[in-house]
Parts: sequence; C-alpha cells; structure tokens
Amino acid sequence: MGISITINGRPHAVTASDETPLLYVLRNDAGCKGVRYGCGAGQCGTCMVIIDGKPVQSCDVPVSAVAGKSITTIEGIGSADHPHPLQRAFVEEQAAQCGYCATGIIMSAKALLDANPNANDADIRGALSKNLCRCGTHQRILRAVKRAAIEMRK
Amino acid sequence: MANATTTPRRLPGSLDTNRSLATWLSINRDGTVDMRPGKIEIGQGILSALTQIVAEELDVNLERIRVVTADTAQSPNEGTTSGSRSIEESGMAFRYAAAEARELLLARAGAKLGVSLEQLSVSDGTITSRGGGSVTYWDITDESLLQREATAETAPKSHTLHKIVGGSAPRADIPRKVTGVPSYVQDMDLPGLLHGRVSRPPSAGAQLLNVDLDEVRAMPGVVAVLRDGSYLGVVAEREEQAIRAQRRLARSAKWRTVAQLPEFDPRYLLKLPAKTEVISEKKDANTTASGATLEAEYSRHFLAHAALAPSCAVAVCNGGKFTVWSHSQGIYLLRDEMAPALGVALEDVVIHHMESAGCYGHNGADDVALDAALLARAAPGRPVRVQWMRDEEFMWEPVSSAMVVKTRATLGKDGNIASWHFDVWSHGHSSRPGRGPGSNLMSSWYLEKPMQRAQTGNPPLPGGGSHRNAIPIYDYPNQRVTNHLIANPPIRTSSLRGLGSQTNVFAIESFMDELALAANVDPIEFRLRHLKDARARAVIEKVAAMAGWKANQKGDGVRGRGIGFARYKNAAAYVAIIAEVELAEDVRVPKLWCAFDVGQAIHTDGVINQMEGGIIQAVSFTLKEAVKYDREHITQKSWDDYPILSFTEVPEVEVALINRPELPPVGAGEGTQGPVSAAIGNALFNAANVRLRDIPFTRDRLIAAIA
Repeated sequence: MGISITINGRPHAVTASDETPLLYVLRNDAGCKGVRYGCGAGQCGTCMVIIDGKPVQSCDVPVSAVAGKSITTIEGIGSADHPHPLQRAFVEEQAAQCGYCATGIIMSAKALLDANPNANDADIRGALSKNLCRCGTHQRILRAVKRAAIEMRK
Repeated sequence: MANATTTPRRLPGSLDTNRSLATWLSINRDGTVDMRPGKIEIGQGILSALTQIVAEELDVNLERIRVVTADTAQSPNEGTTSGSRSIEESGMAFRYAAAEARELLLARAGAKLGVSLEQLSVSDGTITSRGGGSVTYWDITDESLLQREATAETAPKSHTLHKIVGGSAPRADIPRKVTGVPSYVQDMDLPGLLHGRVSRPPSAGAQLLNVDLDEVRAMPGVVAVLRDGSYLGVVAEREEQAIRAQRRLARSAKWRTVAQLPEFDPRYLLKLPAKTEVISEKKDANTTASGATLEAEYSRHFLAHAALAPSCAVAVCNGGKFTVWSHSQGIYLLRDEMAPALGVALEDVVIHHMESAGCYGHNGADDVALDAALLARAAPGRPVRVQWMRDEEFMWEPVSSAMVVKTRATLGKDGNIASWHFDVWSHGHSSRPGRGPGSNLMSSWYLEKPMQRAQTGNPPLPGGGSHRNAIPIYDYPNQRVTNHLIANPPIRTSSLRGLGSQTNVFAIESFMDELALAANVDPIEFRLRHLKDARARAVIEKVAAMAGWKANQKGDGVRGRGIGFARYKNAAAYVAIIAEVELAEDVRVPKLWCAFDVGQAIHTDGVINQMEGGIIQAVSFTLKEAVKYDREHITQKSWDDYPILSFTEVPEVEVALINRPELPPVGAGEGTQGPVSAAIGNALFNAANVRLRDIPFTRDRLIAAIA
C-alpha cells in the first residue's frame, strides 16, 4: 500500500491493491474513461497510455509496477474544446466509425510522433500494429495521423 | 365506403407502426428541435444521416436538433437496428413527419400573419411572408402542435431543393469520442455503482454440479454471490475484485459437460438432416445447354463479430422493477424477453439504449443485459455494471453460421449461361431476442427455472437469412436455387453483417469467373452479358474504369486482379469491387476499388465511411477469420486465437459513389462483404491460376492449392 502515481500531472494516491491492473485505477478511481477495456491481455490497444514517453497497454500492467511514475491518458493531451493536433485531425478526417479504438490509437500515435516527428507511412503503421480497429477505419486513421504530424512539425 | 375504415393507409417507413407525430418530433419554444429515433447508433453514423433529413424537411439549421437516444419508455418502437434498413424505415418516417410538422407550423403562421401559405417561406425556423412580417417556429409552437396522427399527405421536398441532405455535416459525436469524454455504456458511472461478473461453464449446455460459494463471499469487496441453477455470478465493490471473484468461482465450480461440437470443417453441414426448399426456379424450353458443364463447391467457417468492446450493460433493481442501460440493437424486443426471464411484467423493465463499440450484428449485447439485471437483483438498490471479459465474448457471443454452397452450370451455344443450379447449406442466421417462442437470452437457459431455448431461424425472403443473395441477379434462362436449412446449430448462431450474403455472393461471383474462363470471355464482359439492370451495369463499368481494367489481362504469377459484384438483398445497395492481390507467404491485398449506388445518398461522407469500413472488414473476414473449436469447446479466447486485419496489413481503398438523388435511399452497411471475398478469390486465380473456394484464404490453404 501507499503507492502514489501521477496522472496527467496530478498526484494520485492509489487505494487499490498492488496487483490491480493500472487500467481500473485510471478508469474507476481517476475517472479517465477514455482509457478503455478491450482484452485485458495487451493485444488490442484500447487501453493505451503513455508512461516515460512510451506507449503502454494499461490493462496488462499492475499498478504497483508504475509506482512513482507519471502517466498520460487521452484526457491529459487535449479536450473537445482544446484538442491536441491528433484529436483535431481525427475530427477533420472524420476518422471514426464507432470510435472505441480511437483514444488508444491517438495515444500510440502521440508516442510515435513525439519521438519521431518525421514518421513515414511504414513507421505509423508499425507504431499502430498493437492497436486493433474492427470497423475498418484504418485508412482514415492513417490520414489523420499524417495530417497531425504535419501540424505538429509546424 | 364500408371498407374505408377497416385498414388504415400504409404510411412510409416506421411511421406506419408509430403514427403519432409527437412520438417522433418536438418543436420547442427555446429554439430547439428534439428528434426521437427508435434506431440506434452503432458506429454507422445513422444519427447524423437522420438529423440531416429532419433539418432538411423542417428548414432549420442542424445545430438546433437534439437527438434523444432510444428508450422503451418514450421512443417509437422500430424493431431492431439491423439489415441496413434504418434509412428506409427511420429515415422515411422522419422525412414525412418533419414535412408534416413544417406544414402545421406554416398553417399557424399563415393564420397569425393573415396570409396564405403560398406567401410564406422558411429559413432556419423563421417564417417570412412575402409581403413582410415574420414569426418563428419557436413563437408559435406548443405541446398540442404534434399531438395528432401522421397523415403522410404532405409531400417531402423534391431532391432538387435539397441543401442539407446529400451533404456531409461533421458527425457530432466524434469530438467527444476522440477526447475520451464518456460515450459508451462501458463508461457509465452512477453513485454506488457495483461491478458484476458471470462465471461461465466450460462449454455450452454444461450443468453445475457443485461450487464453494462461501470462500468467494469472504473475498475482499464481494457484495453478493449468485447461484441460480447452473448460473453463477458475483457482485463486488470494485471491478478488479469482481474479476478475481469470478476467477475463484471458475476454479471452484465442478461441471458436467455435454457439448458435442462438429468436426472443424463446414462440410459437416452436408451430413445433417435439412429442411430443403426450392426458392427460385426458371425454365425456358427454347434454350439448349450444349456447352461445357462446370461444378464447384464453396464454404465458409463460422465467423465472429469480435467487437472491440466486450459486451456490457448496467442495471438497477428497485422494488422488483428494473432499469437497464444496454447497447442492444432492439431494446423493445430485449425488454419483451427480459421480463419473463426475470419473472416480472413488461412495464417493470425499462431499457435505455447507450452506445458501445461497433457490433456488426447480434453479439453479446442482449445477453449481458440479462446478466446485469440478474446480478442487480442480487444487490438490490445499487446499480450493477457487467462487462464480459474478452474470452467470454469470444466463447459465448452468437456467431455467424458456417456455410457450404454447391453450384452447377452449363453454357449454351452462344457461350452464355444456359442453366444454373445453386444449393446452400447453413444453420439459421437469426436468433435475436423477441423472435420466440422461447428465449434467446443465453443466461436464461441456465437458471433453476430455465427458459426454453428459442429456435434459430432465418428472416424470410426476399431479404432472407442463409439464403440472402442466393438468388442471382443475373439473367439465366434456366435456374434452380435451393436452400437447405439445418436446425439446432451445435454452435449458437445469429446475424452478422450481411448474413448469408457473403458466402452466397462469394460462390456466385467466383463461379461466374470460372464460367467466364470456360467461355473464354473476360470476366467483366461475361457479367455484363448476363445483366440487364442499368444500375448494376453502371457500377461495374465505373469500377472497371477506376481500376484501369484491361480485358483478358492475366496476372504475372504474383500479382493479379479480380472483380466481385452484387446488389445487396437484390433490392438495396449495388456494389462492385475490384481487388488487387499479391502472393507472398500469405495472400496480401494491397488495393481495392469500389463503385457503389445506394440511390439517394443522405450523408455522403457517412456512406463512404461505411463502404470503406465494410470493405476492410471483409478483407479481414476473407483472409483470416474462422471461429476455432474442438469437439467440446469454442477454443478461441484472445485476439491471438482470432486474428483480424492489422494496421500493417490494411489495403488502400478507393471508393466512388454513383449518387442518384432522384431515387429512394437504401442502406449502405452490408453490401460489400460478398463482392470483396469474390474479388479477392478471383484476383488470386488471375494472379497465379490458384482457385480458393473455402474462406478464409489462409496460408495453409494457399500452400495446399498451389501444391
């Protein structure tokens, strides 16, 4: 007990038991509902967050493993009123059908573009290879990430 | 005259069964319009299209319109949101209801301004008289305005006047969804919310022998443990506590298993007794079938919806009355089946629709709603949220039936098809709730007092289920199409995007290519020779132009192109696809072209998005997907066991809409599956003379076919 983490810049004292997946702390204690359950096994990317600049699937990490770390979720990068360039690009490209995969994909893409602003098509596809989309919106999503990359380089 | 009152006149779309205008629309004094569709959003963008229809007919800006999400307390009962019927049913109801509402408002304005209706025009709800003077909808509306039966006698606008319909207003939901604003039933958070989980049997139909409930009751956070017959569930304060308790229950429970699953080959269907019905027969004594005769057999495995979000519902039970939040595609039918399963009256169950991830058909949405209600009753007064785990979704959602098709055709002297035989074997493609007798809610079969399991069947023709698109759109002088429906599926089946059309169109369109080869005619030319329908010819010619199709061009051994075409249900969207394939270790599909016609496009970007998505999903179906099982269990538990197309594999898709604003609009969601599968199969043959007739086109099958 006594674990503390930082979520989107705010300290958070963890009350859940150590082995609790980070996902449930984020969703149910910190109210970050944009971090989504999809598989619980790190295979689909709907729960993607960024820790130390790296994309991490929060369903597959016990909260004790991220003690003291700083976690960024989709809620921490922008809002409907003040969207991140990636979020704005998803709206501009209408890059969603059901949208359930979108938040995790945006987090994977952000981790990529922060590290490699000049990412090409293959880099982007590679970075999103852990994110599934069942509606088949991939093409629009790839366009949105490329549009955001141009915006972020400005 | 005596007959005039007996049968009310048929009204357009769902207006026919929900005739009060006030059910559909409210014109509010605060300058807003409420619209209440009975259809629901499943990621297909339907609410954006319906909003455009209402704004168009009312002459108000889109921003004024608020969509009230469907619930069984106040929304029109529009059955299920399925079969790509929402534009035809809900869209047409709103079109006529809004046109009539506008006319009622104009009548009031005319009276107030003392002018005739011809002198009035409307802009964003402000009615202006030619001679000066104006009033707004918001000034003259009141509760009584729409408290009347629809007549549908006000003609909607001519398409030539449309300013909003046919456009592509940005979807209102996307900014919320991409910023993480709670949007789905999974995100519901009510005061005192508890978390429930169900501990499923090891295989379908198993009987619970014994289980230690006390050790689970003693676990941290556990509020209730429920055993009802062979149904086992747990409610806990926290989600991870519920999951741990569920796992403990699973370890402790002892079951008697009974499941007998078929061999892992769709051809098991051919060995079972079937209800056989000839669904189309044509005979022309004047044609002689003197050319080559070909026979072929095609198949597809069971296929999963595999929604990205495992199914979820929230329920609260207060004094024996249930309130449920569900992503069911048919909340009224779900209510009709939940109430008897819970042993309460219909009015004691109210269901509110909330969105989930795309479902593509009947998945676990309805089942989990009953789970939430059963567990809520075990923890009365507090809301209980149940989300299935990933393995639960893969093992317990209903899936699309395996299918086998046998074809035989003979060419005539002219090289055209003189006779055509087509036989389909499949289980039923529909077991949605509310289609009783009996219950289609899975958990109800395991209770101490179990509900009788309902039969799985087919929607009737002309739409059909396993026989959807089994009757060819092509003109053959002689044909016989026979449906063999096999009852009691050993694996639970229900509707999945397109139902039987994927396999039937795959078989028809693959066989057309095989016959074109025998006739020594280019596949596109061969199709056009058998097609009179001008809209069908137009999409085929368009896609050929897009792809730069060259007649009789063979692939180079590695790359090749193929075509697939269908008109969905022979009555809705026309879709023509050309696929380009590349043979490597696996079949790869780098590019597809699509031309389609849905009559009048209501929300242009929305239908294009549906087509693109349908195409990419169909590539995944065709190359990768089959439900895995052994003789006792569904064995797929994770995305490793049921891989779908990934970002590193998705093709480029180029889509062209042939818009026909003068024609009625039809749905767009399900037309692509069959044409895509066939186009890929035909492209493989074009590339390397490899004919794959069994879906999915896996590496093993490719290697076997080449060898």
